[in-house]
Amino acid sequence: MKYLCLVYLETGKLHAVPDRECKACGDQLRGSGVLVAAEALHPTDSATTVRVRNGKLAVTDGPFAETKEQLAGFYLVEAHDLDEAIQIASKIPPAREGSVEVRPVRELNA
Amino acid sequence: MASTDPVLEAVNAVYIAESRRVLATLIRLLGDFDAAEEALHDSFRAALEQWPRDGIPANPRAWLVSAGRFKAIDSLRRRKRFDPLDEAGNALELAVEDPAAWADRESVEDDRLRLIFTCCHPALSADAQVALTLREVCGLSTEEIARAFLTPAPTLAQRIVRAKAKIRDARIPYQVPTPAELPERLDAVLRVIYLVFNEGYAASSGSSLTRHDVSTEAIRLGRLLVELLPEPEAQGLLALMLLHESRRAARTTETGEVVLLDDQDRSKWDRAQIAEGTRLVERALASRRIGPYAIQAAIAAVHAEAPTAAATDWHEIVGLYDVLRRIEASPVIELNRAVAVAMRDGPAPGLALVDDILGRGDLGEYRLAHAARAELCRRLGKVDDALAAYQRALALTRQEPERRFLERRIAEVSAARSAAGA
Repeated sequence: MKYLCLVYLETGKLHAVPDRECKACGDQLRGSGVLVAAEALHPTDSATTVRVRNGKLAVTDGPFAETKEQLAGFYLVEAHDLDEAIQIASKIPPAREGSVEVRPVRELNA
Repeated sequence: MASTDPVLEAVNAVYIAESRRVLATLIRLLGDFDAAEEALHDSFRAALEQWPRDGIPANPRAWLVSAGRFKAIDSLRRRKRFDPLDEAGNALELAVEDPAAWADRESVEDDRLRLIFTCCHPALSADAQVALTLREVCGLSTEEIARAFLTPAPTLAQRIVRAKAKIRDARIPYQVPTPAELPERLDAVLRVIYLVFNEGYAASSGSSLTRHDVSTEAIRLGRLLVELLPEPEAQGLLALMLLHESRRAARTTETGEVVLLDDQDRSKWDRAQIAEGTRLVERALASRRIGPYAIQAAIAAVHAEAPTAAATDWHEIVGLYDVLRRIEASPVIELNRAVAVAMRDGPAPGLALVDDILGRGDLGEYRLAHAARAELCRRLGKVDDALAAYQRALALTRQEPERRFLERRIAEVSAARSAAGA
């Protein structure tokens, strides 16, 4: 089963964990065969929000909602159950600076 | 009218003794709480039909487990006719048809532990952990749990539905934690049991001070846990609950008024519960892996051993609080220690400690801190301070009997002041 681990950090802490540490974590997870994908994101300053209403495109600057913590990156992992996913999430370096939200991936009914 | 049909009575007795074990095994095999509950229901319905005709089986649990198994297979086959089984369904069918998986006692007892740890999984909210444990492990009805926690039944039912959905969707595993995870996960289980006990022991709101059934249920849970997993802290918690419970008959009057520990009629304390609690404390302390529940139980045991309030060994109690605050520093523990110091050294040093704690702003909204301050001021003859503190405690309490107790104290102290002034 797949779990998406969403990394949240306060704006001031976006670079609190060195990149090489995050890269090493990704490499290690890939090496043990549990990593499906992982990426780091630019800050929300660079975000653009897209909506389509009544067939009309609306593009606005910034994220959908202002929050104290912002999405800083993600790890899509394969785990047998939630306990295994929690174990993996606990090894993601930014977990010690911000938080990691673990969400089970849903199979589409189609 | 009560039924006198012996077979029906036997089915009822088996339901009470075995239904939770059967359910725990069914959840493991079916991998789904709702399907397991349905199979459990079906197996008891089959018992009601067949036992009057064929007699009560020699091993009712094995019979029920096997009946539940066949019902589950039936229901799988019925579903298969309508829509072909997926991979998971096929695996499930294999598991259901493997008789070895059903048989031995050890795996049945493991299933009960699995059920407890899953219901108390930290990924579920605290409210959901409590509701799910009482529903699935203890077998209480949604209505019973709702009454005990003064929650509307639909709210509680919704909480249980959501928790089960999370277990399924996020795949919370049905397993006993590994030794590495055990201490943390056991803490979560103990916290749930203690929460249930306290809800029954001293309801935080409402008109009845003790809601007996919930406390009894918590003790039953504690006993089950000690039986399945004899860890020192599990023994410590069971001891703590038994020692508190032993004072039940003495801690309120017949009209429901509060009686403080000092004023309780100690002949009303339940000696059997005290003996069992004390034995458990000794066993937990002997393990040399001493945790906060065992120490709190040891404190309760010192009270239980004192023939009169005056004979209480306050030196021992202060010493135990010193150990406790080294393991688990908290302002409530500091407050309890301050009260013990007041008993050992007199009200003035105790009051100084209470004022320190309140001065740090830690327990400003905690009614018992103000009640303790009030008692100490009263003993020191600081009447105005005592009255102010009683008023503060009164404003913070949500419990009827406690409110009446504080109002009585306020009246007594006011009357003493008027008499002195006159």
